[in-house]
Amino acid sequence: MGNLSEKYVWEVPVRVTHWVNMVCILTLSVTGLYIGAPRTLALTPSEYVMGWVRFVHFVAAYAFAISVASRIYWAFRGNRYARWQEFFPILTREGRWHMFETFRYYTFLSRQIPHVTGHNALAGTAYAVVFLLYLVMIVTGFALYAEHAPQGTLHTLVGWMFALFSNQGIRLTHHLTMWLLIAFAIHHVYSAWLMDVKEKGGVMSGMFGGYKSVRERN
Amino acid sequence: MGHTDKGDGTDSVERHLDLPRIFAERGISRRDFMKFCTAMSAVLALPVTLVPKIAAALEADGRPSIIWLEFQSCTGDTEALLRAANPTVGEIVLDVLSVDYSETIMAAAGHQAEEARMKTLKEQKGKYIAVVEGAIPVKDGGIYCCIAGKSALDIARDVCGNALATITVGTCASYGGIPAAAPNPTGAVGVKEAVPGATVINLPGCPVNTDNLVATVVHFLTFGKLPAVDGKGRPLFAYGKRIHDNCERRPHFDAGQYVEAWGSEAHRSGHCLYKMGCKGPETFHNCPIQRYNEKTNWPVGSGHGCAGCSEPQFWDTMTPFYKRLPNVPGFGVETTADKIGTGLAVATAAAFAAHGVVSAFRRKDEPEREKEE
Ligand code: HEM
Ligand code: SF4
Repeated sequence: MGNLSEKYVWEVPVRVTHWVNMVCILTLSVTGLYIGAPRTLALTPSEYVMGWVRFVHFVAAYAFAISVASRIYWAFRGNRYARWQEFFPILTREGRWHMFETFRYYTFLSRQIPHVTGHNALAGTAYAVVFLLYLVMIVTGFALYAEHAPQGTLHTLVGWMFALFSNQGIRLTHHLTMWLLIAFAIHHVYSAWLMDVKEKGGVMSGMFGGYKSVRERN
Repeated sequence: MGHTDKGDGTDSVERHLDLPRIFAERGISRRDFMKFCTAMSAVLALPVTLVPKIAAALEADGRPSIIWLEFQSCTGDTEALLRAANPTVGEIVLDVLSVDYSETIMAAAGHQAEEARMKTLKEQKGKYIAVVEGAIPVKDGGIYCCIAGKSALDIARDVCGNALATITVGTCASYGGIPAAAPNPTGAVGVKEAVPGATVINLPGCPVNTDNLVATVVHFLTFGKLPAVDGKGRPLFAYGKRIHDNCERRPHFDAGQYVEAWGSEAHRSGHCLYKMGCKGPETFHNCPIQRYNEKTNWPVGSGHGCAGCSEPQFWDTMTPFYKRLPNVPGFGVETTADKIGTGLAVATAAAFAAHGVVSAFRRKDEPEREKEE
């Protein structure tokens, strides 16, 4: 069995965007839930509760969009663990084999803990799906946001959405996808913990410091 | 149709009118008329300096004829125009526009009526304005709406296709509206879809706001062209802003004061109807400003959420009217997006908790040995 040693895996842009995304998604979900089902919190019309909640939502939305865009850029510029190929193991034969092995481990069919330095194959695939969800949130969110100025630049950029989908459909998608992201967050924290503890892979701590433990070959 | 007594040689044309006299006969002063012109410049968002131009255009000769067609409709748009308590200037302006054919208000009937239409069609080809109220069914050769043995589709092709311009009044004529609601048994569509070649400007809404109709006509008479439109063919002066952004209840929305039940204290105090399903945040119309029935009130003003009636397919996409979000397809009617979402989150948490328990008891998991690649 190889010895564990530390290896610098997650570069700064990967870690920064990861935590920015987390803070943004938390903020956006909390504010989004209020926007979706507000309570009467104000006593007089001169207060600005919903106004501020929406303001925070939109500021976090811009931060989130910039962070996601940066991460996508880094998928083409970063090291091999940050590259886009990591997220599509399904494209290679070896990747598919890894997915299968990991799946067997997670469903208790195998006791072999697959150890890989970057993302494991299933996680990589899951992140590809999550990024798709991010893009859905960003596109639907900006489409809804653009409606206050239908002759504006933003509306020109996302106007095609309204040609393809109904306004209420966009709203519902924006709302439901939040729940998919929340479900993902639950799964994500759990499996990161599982990997940290069981696989001693240091994914969780790795996201803070950048170093992951890797097994050296004998 | 009034005749001029100026005797300047143009009185042979029927459309040469003495508008001041008509107004005097109907009890409308010059001052009222100028006030109307100013109001129109406001609706159209034009500078006040253009008011004399509007007045001159309205008093000038050679106004186009109007053919008002009615298909699959509730006649609400005609009603909106005719039910004014007093004959408004706008109504008279439309009136003097020579409404040559309109099933509801014309005196002629039967063949006589059809003849009037054919006459205008022939004599004024390419010069009259068609106003269409109601949707046009196109299924099965358009047999679901026929007038004098001709299908609405054929009439529309004939009349709108040869018109200078077509103004669709109401959502049905614009986008199919209620007759086009799923499952749309008659294949109802709006005019632009039925007659793609026609020059169409859409004035959707249930009913059309008469002020917007008159303003569109006034714009046309003043500038000789139709006003600028948005992506859905609606004039920007009337549909360029969202209801939500001009709503008088908006301060309550921003503050966070919502109506939770009909008839509640909050409802009576005029709080925001967002939670009661108001579709103001997704509807473009100038209702909060123009209002209806001579500016008396409008739906949200009177305590009912906006139903989104000026948007295409509103009956299918804006329902349920009393809920903020649509029902999730494939789930029961009472299942909201949040119930499904909470269920999903709980199920995920439960699944992983179970996984965690099993993992904790499986101590012998081995990290993969030798990774040879
Ligand atoms: C992870 C990301 C996000 C989450 C979880 C989220 C969540 C939500 C939720 C739950 C709602 C309420 C929807 C409803 O019931 O109608 C909402 C509304 C909205 N969101 Fe987001 N959102 C996210 C990202 C964004 C982004 C990137 C934008 C872009 C500007 C955005 C703009 C909006 C707008 C404009 C509304 C409607 C607000 C209104 O009409 O007052 N959101 N969001
Ligand atoms: S009543 Fe409707 S349109 Fe008015 S502020 Fe509330 S949600 Fe917006």
